[in-house]
Parts: sequence; C-alpha cells; structure tokens
Amino acid sequence: MKFYFMHLMPYADLDLSYDEKHNSAWVTLPNTYFDPKKGHQLYNRYLDELEYADQLGFDGICVNEHHSNAYGLMPIPGVMAGALARRTKNVKIAVLGRALPLLNNPLTVAEEFAMIDNITGGRLIAGMVRGIGAEYHSWGVNPAFSHERFQEAHDLILQSWTQPGPSVFEGKHYNFDYVNVWPRVYQDNPHPPIWIPSQGSSETIEWAAHPDRKYTYLQTFASVSIVARYMKMYKDVAAGYGYEATEDQLGWSLPLYVAETDEIARREAKEHIEAFLQKFLRMPMEMLLPPGYTSVKSMVGALSAKAGHAMKQTIDSVIEEGKFICGSPATVREKLEEYQSQIGFGHLLTLLQFGTLPAELTRKNMEIYSKEVMPYLRNVTSKRAA
Amino acid sequence: MSFTESTETITGCNVRFMRGGKGAPLLFLHGSSGAARWAPFMEKLAESYEVIVPEHPGFGASGSPEWLDGMSDLAFFYLDVIDHLGLDKVNLVGGSIGGWLAAEIAIRNQTKLASLAVVAPAGIRVKGLRKGDVFMWNAEETARNLFHDQSYAEQMLAVPPSKEVLETVLKNKLTTAKLAWEPRFYNPDLHKWLHRISVPTLILWGDNDKVVPAGYGPAWRDLIPNSRLEIIENCGHLPQIEKSDRFVQLVDGFIREATR
Repeated sequence: MKFYFMHLMPYADLDLSYDEKHNSAWVTLPNTYFDPKKGHQLYNRYLDELEYADQLGFDGICVNEHHSNAYGLMPIPGVMAGALARRTKNVKIAVLGRALPLLNNPLTVAEEFAMIDNITGGRLIAGMVRGIGAEYHSWGVNPAFSHERFQEAHDLILQSWTQPGPSVFEGKHYNFDYVNVWPRVYQDNPHPPIWIPSQGSSETIEWAAHPDRKYTYLQTFASVSIVARYMKMYKDVAAGYGYEATEDQLGWSLPLYVAETDEIARREAKEHIEAFLQKFLRMPMEMLLPPGYTSVKSMVGALSAKAGHAMKQTIDSVIEEGKFICGSPATVREKLEEYQSQIGFGHLLTLLQFGTLPAELTRKNMEIYSKEVMPYLRNVTSKRAA
Repeated sequence: MSFTESTETITGCNVRFMRGGKGAPLLFLHGSSGAARWAPFMEKLAESYEVIVPEHPGFGASGSPEWLDGMSDLAFFYLDVIDHLGLDKVNLVGGSIGGWLAAEIAIRNQTKLASLAVVAPAGIRVKGLRKGDVFMWNAEETARNLFHDQSYAEQMLAVPPSKEVLETVLKNKLTTAKLAWEPRFYNPDLHKWLHRISVPTLILWGDNDKVVPAGYGPAWRDLIPNSRLEIIENCGHLPQIEKSDRFVQLVDGFIREATR
C-alpha cells in the first residue's frame, strides 16, 4: 500500500460566523472574507506541510482543485504542483483536479501536466475529474454537458500524449486541427498514471475500470461502507471485463487525526473537523447537484436522502461512519489494517490538515502518522501481498 | 375537463400531446415546468380554439432525443411538428422558455403562423437587467418567486412531490439546463433577427415577475415591429395560472383582432 499526504488548503482563517449571513462557503460567499495577508501566510504554511511530507517518507503528495470557495484555495492546482515540483525530491505529485468539463481548451491541462512531468522527471499523477456541482455555478459551464465534455476532454488529452503530433481532433465540444503538445510527457510509456477521484458513481467506475483504461478509482470523503461498496463494484466490473483489478487501481481519500491517545486525538480534532464538516463543506443541494451533474435517477435518490443529508455531521457521526479516522496510533493502525484487508485499496490519501486545524497540530499529526502508522501498515500489507 | 391525450412520433421523438376544443388552431408551448396537466386556462381557450399542447422533447412524458442540444434544435423540431400536424394559420402561444421557443420558430419560418403571443419570454438579454437564478432556487424559493400571490406558492408547496413527480421535475430541469444554462436563458443572436417577425405579436408580462423581470417587456416590444405589450398587474411569472381569466381574455381578444 502507498501513502499520500493530501491537502485541500482551506481558508482556515475564515470568519466561521459567515453562516449567519450566507448559506454556503461556496459560489456566493463574498471574497471580501478572504484577507490576502492571511492568505500569504496560509499558502506558504501549506506548501511547507506538503514539502515536509516528502521528508517524512510519504509516497506522494496531493493537491486539489476547487473554485470560488473557502473550502480549498487551489483553483489552479498546477501553480502548487509547480512550486512543489522543485522543492520535493522523491514524492509523487498528484494533481486531483483537473476539472476537465470546465475548460474550453482542455489542452491547457495536457500542457500543464506535461510540464510538471518533465520538471519532476516523471513524478506526476494526472487526476481527471468533472469538478463538483458548485463549480458549474461558479464557472457558468453547462452541467447538462458535463459527462460529454469530460469524456471528450479526456480523449483529447490522451490523444495529445500518445499520438505523435500534430494530429487532428474532431469532437462535438472540442475541435483542433493541430494537436501538438510541447513538451511531450516524460512518462511516455504510455502516459502518466491517471487517477479518477469520485464521490461515488457507477458510471464513473464502469468507465475507469474498462480494460482500455484501468485507471485508479479514488473514492473521496465517504463512509467506509460506501467505500467498500464502490471498490467491490470496481472489482466486479473488472471481473466482468475478464481481468482482476489490482490494489493499484483503488484508492481512498479521507481525513485522519492521530495523537498520543484516543482521548487526546478526539479533543484536539473536534473543533477543526467540525469546522470542516459544518462550515467549509456547507452548501445547499441546488449548488451541489445542478441538473445533469448526475443522472435523474441518482438525483432522486440524493433528494430522497435529503433528510439524512441535512442531519448535522459531528466528530462522533463521522468517526462512527468511518468517514474520519481519529485516535491513538494503535486505534488508527487497527482500523486501517481492518479496512485495507476487507476492501483492498492500494492507495491511501490522508487529509492530515482539515478545516481550521492549526500548523502545530498538523505537523504533530503528520509526524505521528508517518512514524507510528505508515511503517506498520507498509509492513503488514507488503507481507500480505507477498 | 374535455381533452384528449396522444403520443406521436415526430423526428424520432415520442411527443405527448393534449388536445381540446374546436376552432382555429392554437399551439401552446410550455415553459420550464412542463405541461403535465390540462390547466384551467387551456380549458377556457378550448371554448374558442383547437388547443394543442405538446410536451417538448426532454420534458414530462415526451422522449429525450439524442439530437437535442439547444434551443435551435427545438425550434427546428417544431417546424417539423407544424408540418407533421398539417397546421396552417396556427396561433402560437408560449410562456417563459416556451415564449422564447415561439420567437425562435417565428424567425425561422412564420409562413404557417397566424399570430404569436409570448408570455414573459426568456431569450434575450438586456444588460444590467438580471433574471432570477432558477437553478439556484430550492423548491420553496421557486414556488415563492414564481407567483405574486403567495397563496399559489403555498398551494404548490402544500403537497410534497411523489417520486414520479420529482423525476419529472428533475427531467424538466435537466432539459431546461440544456437549453438555457449558458448563455443564461438567452440566445445572443436572437435579438438581431426578431425584426423579421411580421405576424401580429402580443407580449404579455406580469408586473411582479421575479424570473424574467417585466423590464424585458419594452425591449421585446421594440424589437418586434408589429407587436403590442400588455402588463398584467399583481402578477408573477405565470399569468396563465395566476391571472388565468385576464390571460385568456387578452390572448383571445388579441387573436380575434389579429386574425379578423
């Protein structure tokens, strides 16, 4: 199993009483809530944390893409990946992003990824997503064509990486007479690894697991039962195509906090994970699920589950559901070992900073995790694989 | 209520029709909430006209054809519908995006039209005059913003939708997004060609429309040469529902005058 340090780069200095006046930290939250002086401090702190993960022996670091919100300050994740490309030496750099349908020219992503791949000598992991629903409001892009544009943009980027240029691309949404991306990708056999982060979607799994692709499916923030269900679905789809999915094709991304004891961990994490859940993630359904973002069928399901969704998430509810792992090193090791052996994911992306979690607790979390959890799990999972 | 229902296949798409009444043909083009039910204003119009109410492709019980990507496709499709039904001297009436659609049809081919009535149509943009963001509104905000008289909103909200109704609501919303998400509820080229409409045209608006503000009325009137604007007082985005008697009176009076 491989270990990644994932960052969202939240605007941790957000005035949390914003929700007395605004219904979301996304799309419509005035950017006057952002203080660039604090932003300067935060960006540099967060980049330091990502660089520190390289020194602590993580296999990879992950940056993220979201627009017009306080939840994550990386609208253009390539800027972060570019800064990290030179300052890190060993880690893979996963850009998770990029939200392809938002772009009128997806070749900008082909170029950006190829540049990072060249600078790092092949340490890039190329993420491809549709973005979350809120992004379609912020960018004005039509969600009804989100799936079509994603597929087409993906095909275009793959063509630019795998066919000698110049080539012609004839699509519905994208058309190019001269697809000829300079630089070529460094990992050209056949192309950089592609990861598909998803909130959970059978359509996405069917597509990612296809033998032509075999992309790594990355389940983002979800309860452990949902993670298990979707990863089983991936394996079943692969089996249906006549091959066995490997651990390398399955990843899970979740917040985690480890401290000296269960009690200390819970006490230190509580207000910060609850800020993440209740303040930074806050958005109405209309923002989260614009028309066409998911099928009508899954949207009816989501709206019927609205009562559950509206229930306030707390540290206890997310620990209970296995959405958040929190506790002593022994507790965290035990849970992860159990989940890994049951579910069989090969990539574990931990969000060791979340919500308002301050720098010193983030560092402590990273240190305990990398010293007391990672080596143990590396050991047991490699023994099991052998 | 006297109407019949049928499904016909036109240009590869199953289309559900409701029809009622006898007289000159009146084709009603619904807005983004569809036309699932035979409404009182349809019944009243059916006293004088042959009222034909299709559900657009992508709405309600009609099919969702592969070819439907935008308003232009829908406008050409309705020229096929007019041919298919053999309509001539038809009175075209459309509300909201149905009004927009009616105008898109008329600029393409108005030879089969006797008159045109558009009710709070989307379709053009007046800079600085913002439409409501219907895609951001929840069910309650939508109901409240659709009507001036809030008792209509309360009636709409009183019964929680069944799963089937919810499916239809979401299907209609998806097609509305296809037609109108971006550019938001308008066609940047439409205003350039509205001058081509020469059939008599009625423009109707509720004075308290929070979806497409009544300030759009004069812009439409100025763009269509042979047109008249009527503002209905104390009325929201759906005059045909909220002020159905006045609506029928104005539409009927206009058609009689236009086709005399």
